[in-house]
Amino acid sequence: MTPLSLGTKGKVLRCVILSVTALFALLPFMWMLSLSIKTTPEIYQAHFHILPESFAGFDNYRVVFASAPMLRFLLNGVLVCAAIFMVQLLVCIPCAYALAKLRFRGRDTLFSAVLIALLIPPQVLSIPHFVLLYYAQLIDSYGALILPWIFSAFGVFLLRQFFSTIPDELIQAAQLDGMSEADIIWRVMIPMSAPAIASFGIFSLVSHWNDLFWPLIVLRRAELATPALGILLFRDDETGRQFGPLMAATATIVAPLILAFLLAQRRFIDGLTIHSVK
Amino acid sequence: MTALSSPRNAISAAGARPASASKQRGDRRGWLYSAPAVVTMGVLLFGPLLAVMLFSLTDWQLGQEQFSFIGARNFQELFADTVFWKSLRNTFLYVLLVVPGTVILGLIVAVLLESSNELKGLYRTAHFIPVMAATSAMAIVWGTMLHPTIGLFNHILYGLGYSGVSWLRDEHTALLALVLIGIWQGFGYAMVLFIAGLKAIPQNLYDAAEIDGADSVMDRMRLVVLPMIGPVLMFVMVVTAVRAFSVFDTVRVLTAGGPNYSTDVLLYRLNTESFDYLRTGYGAALTVVFLGIVIAITLLQAKIMDRRVHYS
Repeated sequence: MTPLSLGTKGKVLRCVILSVTALFALLPFMWMLSLSIKTTPEIYQAHFHILPESFAGFDNYRVVFASAPMLRFLLNGVLVCAAIFMVQLLVCIPCAYALAKLRFRGRDTLFSAVLIALLIPPQVLSIPHFVLLYYAQLIDSYGALILPWIFSAFGVFLLRQFFSTIPDELIQAAQLDGMSEADIIWRVMIPMSAPAIASFGIFSLVSHWNDLFWPLIVLRRAELATPALGILLFRDDETGRQFGPLMAATATIVAPLILAFLLAQRRFIDGLTIHSVK
Repeated sequence: MTALSSPRNAISAAGARPASASKQRGDRRGWLYSAPAVVTMGVLLFGPLLAVMLFSLTDWQLGQEQFSFIGARNFQELFADTVFWKSLRNTFLYVLLVVPGTVILGLIVAVLLESSNELKGLYRTAHFIPVMAATSAMAIVWGTMLHPTIGLFNHILYGLGYSGVSWLRDEHTALLALVLIGIWQGFGYAMVLFIAGLKAIPQNLYDAAEIDGADSVMDRMRLVVLPMIGPVLMFVMVVTAVRAFSVFDTVRVLTAGGPNYSTDVLLYRLNTESFDYLRTGYGAALTVVFLGIVIAITLLQAKIMDRRVHYS
């Protein structure tokens, strides 16, 4: 099954083109890693070499972890993303279950509302969210980073679609075994939907780990910053003026997600593209 | 977005019980389970959506206790503001360059990738990595690549005997540099969606085309791939367009809208007016314009897709 059937010449051409585009995709990462192990004088040399003449990697990365709260940024990222996802699951799973498996008046209306909610870009809500948090006196707190995202239309939609494919007979059998509905959700629906939950988790993690727009609006204190904002604070700091440590810092910020992606590629690709899958 | 309706379940767990009493119980349970989602959706999504529209009709500034309704005055002021028009123009220009760049590059890579199994997984991984990386961090990296003295691009120019360019400080190149970053970050995403679309094309179509004598690469593209991939193409274009309209991170990190407003875009204006100048009403009007554009693209897609389904 191939869109083009290629001869030997075609295969070589394919390799050449894909290598060029792959190089384009990876070039900034190579550049970043190259600079992150160089000394400042070498970075300013007229001739560029990808590998350094004198290795400054240890110094640059040490500066990153010593002078700026880089570990703190990463920890904030883990904490905030984990909290968002946990609460999202608590909110989304029961609703997705009801939409998929229960019959109740207004169900279709509720589902339509979820579909409409899917279309609203999050930036549109930034002013009212800010106002809400302002009057709740939560600006510049972890709560401000977490609360606006605890409802995820995408989460409800995705889990509802997945729950719908679980046969009703299975649920009826569980009921006959005397399982309560909460048991059914916890011990049947959730384990069976592990792939969908993982996809949703990755989508949620990547969106919030990489988000700059919202933390920039609600945070004032550097010690609460998540990675995407933290790297900006690092750049504007004194050590960030030096390119070596700055590139070491960006490498530190992007490394966790890229490593996770390399370990679980299929899941990541599914998680980030699943809203197009029928 | 495409899977809006799925087959209803013929029998649901509650449906097995006798009618009216259990129906009421079903109603109660349904809403009980949905309650957290309904409440949060109301408070965090539809409430704010309504609020932002109302704010756009007031002269409210955050922190002030009083405000009054001023009708469409925010919009009048917005439409009289040359900076707004400039940012709108920049945003559309950015979208008009990023969308074709991303879609064409993504499609070419996907088609080539699927044409042979050699190094397939490796290539796919390499192309997808930029999608994962935080835009703000990678924008900083691009900033150093575009740097006038130490940047890679000027190293190359010097090597070829040209003089260097201040890519991000020059009105003529700043937006183009952001476009390049936009394409770089998005084409791996488009690629993955196209791969899914290509896998769905039945083998016998290729066979049939071959029997009909369409064996050149171009013929196969024209007769099989492009017609069959139409809906996916539409979808990728819309997703890419919505993402491109939401461009913010690279602008904030690299140019702050400059030089001379040449990279000012809608969301950057929105952010500045609403949260730096605290002009809540005015920022809300900008938000409504942004929302209108995004919804329009989505509806356009729905309409075109609808027509395809009915008349094809």
